[in-house]
Amino acid sequence: MIAFNKYYNKFNILSVSLVIVSLLLLTFKGLNFGIDFKGGTLIELRSTDSKINVSSLRDNLSQMNLGDVSVKNFGNETDFLIKFENNENKNVIEEIKKNLDKSFGNSFNFRRVENVGPKVSAELLRSGVIAISVALFLMLVYIWIRFEWQFSLGAIVALFHDVIVTLGLFSLLGLEINLSIIAAVLTIVGYSMNDTVVIFDRVRENLRKYSDIKIFELTNISINETLSRTLITSVTTLLALLSIFFFGGEVLKGFSLAMIFGVIFGTYSSIYIANTVLVRLNVSQKTVLREDKN
Amino acid sequence: MLYFSKLRIIFITLISLLFIIFALSNLFNFDNKILNKKINLGLDLQGGSYLLLEIDNDPVIEQKLQNLTVTIRNYFKEKNVRITNFKLSNQTLSFTSDENSKQTILDEFASEESELNPYYQRFKSHQLDIVEENNFFKVSFSKQGIINLKTSSQDQALEIVRRRIDEIGTNEPNILKRGNDRILVELPGLDDPMRIKSLLGKTANLTFRFVTNDTEGSFGAEKLEFEDGTEEAIVSKRIILSGENLLDAQPRMDTENNETVVTFSLDRVGAKRFGKATSTGIGKRLAIVLDGKVISAPVIRDTIATGSGQISGGFTFQSATDLALLLRSGALPAPLNIIEERTVGPDLGQDSINAGMIALLIGFILVILYIFVKYKIFGIITNIALILNLFILVGILTIFEATLTLPGIAGIILTVGMAVDANVLIFERIKEELKSEKNNLIAFDSGYTKSRTAILDANITTLLAAIILFFMGSGPIKGFSLTLGIGIFTTLFTVYFIARLLTVLYVSKNKEKEGLI
Repeated sequence: MIAFNKYYNKFNILSVSLVIVSLLLLTFKGLNFGIDFKGGTLIELRSTDSKINVSSLRDNLSQMNLGDVSVKNFGNETDFLIKFENNENKNVIEEIKKNLDKSFGNSFNFRRVENVGPKVSAELLRSGVIAISVALFLMLVYIWIRFEWQFSLGAIVALFHDVIVTLGLFSLLGLEINLSIIAAVLTIVGYSMNDTVVIFDRVRENLRKYSDIKIFELTNISINETLSRTLITSVTTLLALLSIFFFGGEVLKGFSLAMIFGVIFGTYSSIYIANTVLVRLNVSQKTVLREDKN
Repeated sequence: MLYFSKLRIIFITLISLLFIIFALSNLFNFDNKILNKKINLGLDLQGGSYLLLEIDNDPVIEQKLQNLTVTIRNYFKEKNVRITNFKLSNQTLSFTSDENSKQTILDEFASEESELNPYYQRFKSHQLDIVEENNFFKVSFSKQGIINLKTSSQDQALEIVRRRIDEIGTNEPNILKRGNDRILVELPGLDDPMRIKSLLGKTANLTFRFVTNDTEGSFGAEKLEFEDGTEEAIVSKRIILSGENLLDAQPRMDTENNETVVTFSLDRVGAKRFGKATSTGIGKRLAIVLDGKVISAPVIRDTIATGSGQISGGFTFQSATDLALLLRSGALPAPLNIIEERTVGPDLGQDSINAGMIALLIGFILVILYIFVKYKIFGIITNIALILNLFILVGILTIFEATLTLPGIAGIILTVGMAVDANVLIFERIKEELKSEKNNLIAFDSGYTKSRTAILDANITTLLAAIILFFMGSGPIKGFSLTLGIGIFTTLFTVYFIARLLTVLYVSKNKEKEGLI
């Protein structure tokens, strides 16, 4: 049996600091919103001419009065991603096409064009925030119905921890937040809950079984009993996600990365956060039995 | 938990077979109509264009209130009520009257039988709101009035958009209403939406009006620019003919001048008016105005009584074709703005399919190998269930002819990763039970029973997330939540019916064996 409970305090301190750092990052550095939420235009290009590089492309586009243009390689040397903010000019894409064809001699293939107006991006951001809030709220309601309040609190604390730290990491690394990241965050919410609920189920079962074991020891027993399941499921989920990350193409990179972070934090938080809340609230057999009588 | 009746086994087998056949119908063509269904590929996978258009209703509202000015003046004139100082600003029409007429006006606007201010019985609301203060009146559209106006201009715009797109002849366009002032257009297979965008961006409001000699700013005339920007002309506001009078329009090569023109034919009313105008106006210039710009302003040389004519304006064949198309399909009730556009080229779509399939295959193989190493015989059982899970999931998507997106494929891969969770929970529980229970059958039975609540909890939480995503998310995200959500049900089915059935068959044959799992 591994003594997870020996490190409860240390990891709690670590988590609290992670959450504080993440909140500071989110407040002061903010998130790198993609065009879905900020509005603007994105163009993915593939060139047939290997001599064209990011700087020649950037030089060319900077003469076009597009405002702040970002040009990056996307996946490989001949693919480029161009992004700029909302432009008044309705024919901007056509003009870029003409300009590039003229300067580089028809060597570009426009693989993807996305253009999101300011009104739509504001709506997408709002509905994204609503979706995550509603999800957290429903999870809360579900867990409230299923468990005693101490357990609910533990699960919710763990959930917020995972979401905040994942977003904090995105802020730290400057990774782009787009629609698929919202999907990833919601799936993380589901996964983290899932993991926590499995361990809590066992804690509750053990509380009924043993009246003489303190919660500090009891959570450790429960974590150990469910440990192999926790690990196997995390491994299979990570295997699937890593396969999306490495082979699923550039478009899914951000999504799978967010999920990978989320699964790791989710697994960690079910062990070190959800359970420690039970310990700190001094849950005992009485907590469960009182509920049973009702 | 360990008993399966024969009937149940047959039932499970049949259901599984059915879904497998549907899943396979994506690969093979079956002759049968019911069986020959395929999963639709989303625009991000097959390539295509997604355009969200917003109707700009402000000009319509202004125009309606402008028209109302005349109606109100004439209406009250007949009743000997004097109204003065008409002014239109901020979508509000204001005017003044005297103390004696005040009540007449207010009564007219408040009456449910009012001719000026239609009453919507169903919504218990008038079309217009009126506010009075010191004989100063303010008229504007009521909330319901705006809604009705938006709905009707959306209906008209949808029809015109459909006609324009049909004229170009793209495959299976998808044109839908969104809210009450938006139209969503999905054009599969279209990798360059430039032409459609430029066609949808034009209102195509065509009028024929005389060029006058009046000075600019005088009532009833306005200064308009030429389309090519070379000239300006003062054009009368009186409309001789409008696009509504057009029966047909076609691009044509005019061999005389060797230039491309658009020929048109008029309906009876239009032909009559055109004949009258051209007979009285010989020597005058007739401006052909499209969306506030003069295309050309030829001098009338002869009376045209045939009801047909041609527009020249330095067209290329392409621009003449587009103009003819716009004129044939009619004018939009209001300008459209493209507020969101997402276009994926077909080769990127194919790359995404390939990448998605490779990721699915590799993820699948890795999970299967890992589970086999962990559980041996029971690993094989889990893996059979997992493979069937995938087939059933694809089969369900096929039956509903659901749309598969790239995030949707990610959802399938994630389902593969998370689907084993339920079996892992069960097997780990059985292992624990076997520590205290020597009888294999009892241990397996209680393993299944005791793990049930945890499995249900775990899947309900994921399902909640998927449902929220489905209702709140848009486009590709919907695809993700769909596969994730359906994946939960197929997972539970394969775990509790297929994997459990196989487990039961194996365990009942090896009842006495020790260290079974």
